[in-house]
Amino acid sequence: MTGFLLIFLAAAAVIAALVGIRRARRVRDSAAVKTHSRPIYHGLNAAIWTGVPALIFLILWALFKGPIIDMLVLASHPGAEALSESEADLLLSEIRQVAAGTIFKEPTPEVRDAAVHLQFLESLAVWALVAVAAALAAIGAYVGFRVVKTRFRARHSVERSITWFMLFSSLVAILTTAGIVGSLLYEALAFFAKVPIQEFLFGLRWEPQIAIRADQVAGQGAFGMLPVLFGTFVISMLAMAVAIPVGVFSAIYLTEYAGARFRAVVKPLLEILAGIPTIVYGFFAVLTVAPLIRDLGQSIGINASPNSALAAGGVMGVMLIPFISSLSDDAFAAVPRAIREGSFALGATKGETIRKVLLPAALPGIVGGILLALSRAIGETMIVVMAAGLIAKITANPFESVTTVTVQIVTLLIGDSEFDNPKTLAAFALGLVLFIITLGLNLIALRTVRKYREQY
Amino acid sequence: MSDAAVEARLSTQEEERDIKMRARGVSVFYGQKQALFGVDLEIPRHAVMALIGPSGCGKSTFMRCLNRMNDTIDSCRIVGDVTLDAEDIYDPAIDVVELRARVGMVFQKPNPFPKSIYENVAYGPRIHGLVRNRQETDEVVERSLTRAGLFKEVKDRLHEPGTGLSGGQQQRLCIARAIAVSPEVILMDEPCSALDPIATATVEELIHELRENFTIVIVTHSMQQAARVSQRTAMFHLGNLVEEADTDKIFTNPEDPLTQDYITGRFG
Repeated sequence: MTGFLLIFLAAAAVIAALVGIRRARRVRDSAAVKTHSRPIYHGLNAAIWTGVPALIFLILWALFKGPIIDMLVLASHPGAEALSESEADLLLSEIRQVAAGTIFKEPTPEVRDAAVHLQFLESLAVWALVAVAAALAAIGAYVGFRVVKTRFRARHSVERSITWFMLFSSLVAILTTAGIVGSLLYEALAFFAKVPIQEFLFGLRWEPQIAIRADQVAGQGAFGMLPVLFGTFVISMLAMAVAIPVGVFSAIYLTEYAGARFRAVVKPLLEILAGIPTIVYGFFAVLTVAPLIRDLGQSIGINASPNSALAAGGVMGVMLIPFISSLSDDAFAAVPRAIREGSFALGATKGETIRKVLLPAALPGIVGGILLALSRAIGETMIVVMAAGLIAKITANPFESVTTVTVQIVTLLIGDSEFDNPKTLAAFALGLVLFIITLGLNLIALRTVRKYREQY
Repeated sequence: MSDAAVEARLSTQEEERDIKMRARGVSVFYGQKQALFGVDLEIPRHAVMALIGPSGCGKSTFMRCLNRMNDTIDSCRIVGDVTLDAEDIYDPAIDVVELRARVGMVFQKPNPFPKSIYENVAYGPRIHGLVRNRQETDEVVERSLTRAGLFKEVKDRLHEPGTGLSGGQQQRLCIARAIAVSPEVILMDEPCSALDPIATATVEELIHELRENFTIVIVTHSMQQAARVSQRTAMFHLGNLVEEADTDKIFTNPEDPLTQDYITGRFG
């Protein structure tokens, strides 16, 4: 029904636009004075008046219809006021099922009455919606056509409406972010009510395997995030150790040395790396790289864990190469040709020019790319879930297995523990920490990139 | 006359007229398009030679042959001979890096490196190993900036970015950077086109002083500038060298009607 209404509204708006344009043309042609706005703006103005108020009503209706009907239905059921919230919910869903015709057990007469009442209210709601929306569209169209006069500033009116729409769009993104942060913060605070914040921030033991039922035999549990955070740090550093040199050098080669044809082939290929789903990288890390590292380690007498930090970090580094190389590439390409020529004209070789002029000039852009890649590395989940370990320990040995923040969040939330359990809530606290770290890195990255824009 | 005899005669001529650089039959192609058609030109030592002509006439292209800057453009091909002190600069045995240390260049738009003023000037001497320690570097930087007439203005902020200077100061910084490696020839590609009249006057005065120690080739669109700063002038049109003579003669009594029209502003 709502779908039909939307199509109807769109059609009405188009018709209003066409009629508005025609009216405006007539006004323009008949008037002795010059009209303020061109006919198209009068048409758009009429369309906005026709469509937008009805659309806003539609959205509000969709938001508030359900709760209001529920309230009315409950009120019609005798004795509902005495019920608790969850009992009322149960009753409501029973009434709904009866109204929809799916009957699990014989309903009481009260429920049957309430279901009939619900059906009546639902059909009433549909007709009311159609009637009000149509009326709003009609009134809007009338207003839109009435204002078509020589001096009416339809262009200003239309532009103001568009500005409002843009403001609304940008608010959607901001409000969503605020909502995500808010929910994260809410759950994290619930966690800190159960586990002291200083234990979480500075604790050196991470053993979230606590009892989820009273009769279960399990460890005491410890929620110190440092070992987990350290694991993230180790794997990210390994990833950057792969991605930074390979990315930067490939960018230098591609911008400064490679011929046009080589560049035309290799650059898109590099970008394909960025398009590989991370889960595929995960397969690669688990099935190919990890066994390879273990075998290599054994052959030179190092005892490598089957899910070593090196495997996860190395593969993650490969994933990040296109990030760094394409941002560094842009940074090098942004250095003006005049500066290169200035260096060549002084008798500098290509190598000297790259090392002493281009690299310093492009450095802020490269650093920006590195920081963005780093925040990706810290937040990366799929590769480490598949290839990194689960045991949290503080070690810098890349052949041992470590766990990361993201891996722990996934394992904490998998399974069917209650949502007010510290084990589950810990995931949100970890998520908050991750969010703060990547937010900080992104801020620094954006600042360096902006500074770099002002350079030349 | 045998080749050797020609060479001998030319080199004696060179000594007589004191020729620093000589181009013979220089043609330049950008891909399929020919930009320069067999140019013969002699550049006198310790003098300023102005290259004039309408836009796209090949004067910048010609100048960029003199320090092989055209090598940096992939599609560019050059035929003909260019000599520096009677030595072929397109000889495979010549190191282009060494050549560019001898033939410096200043560009149309000031292009200081995004480094400090000090580092901008010290860059050239360092890469060519002309300085061995901090003290020598300091000396070269100060001397070069002084000769470019910039030292007094910037001596208190040598370690601030060169890009923070005004346009005219930036261009003088680029000149200081070029003379820091003690070149023999300085090529200037419309060095004042991005500058205001006051900065232009400063740079022109500087060119005048630099003439004593350097051979200067300057491309310019300003007839007045050519007349003010140069001793010899060469007129280019559509990739050809139209006329080349003493500046006084070109501006008072040009032989070619094209030159006559150009300097009187009838085209260009």
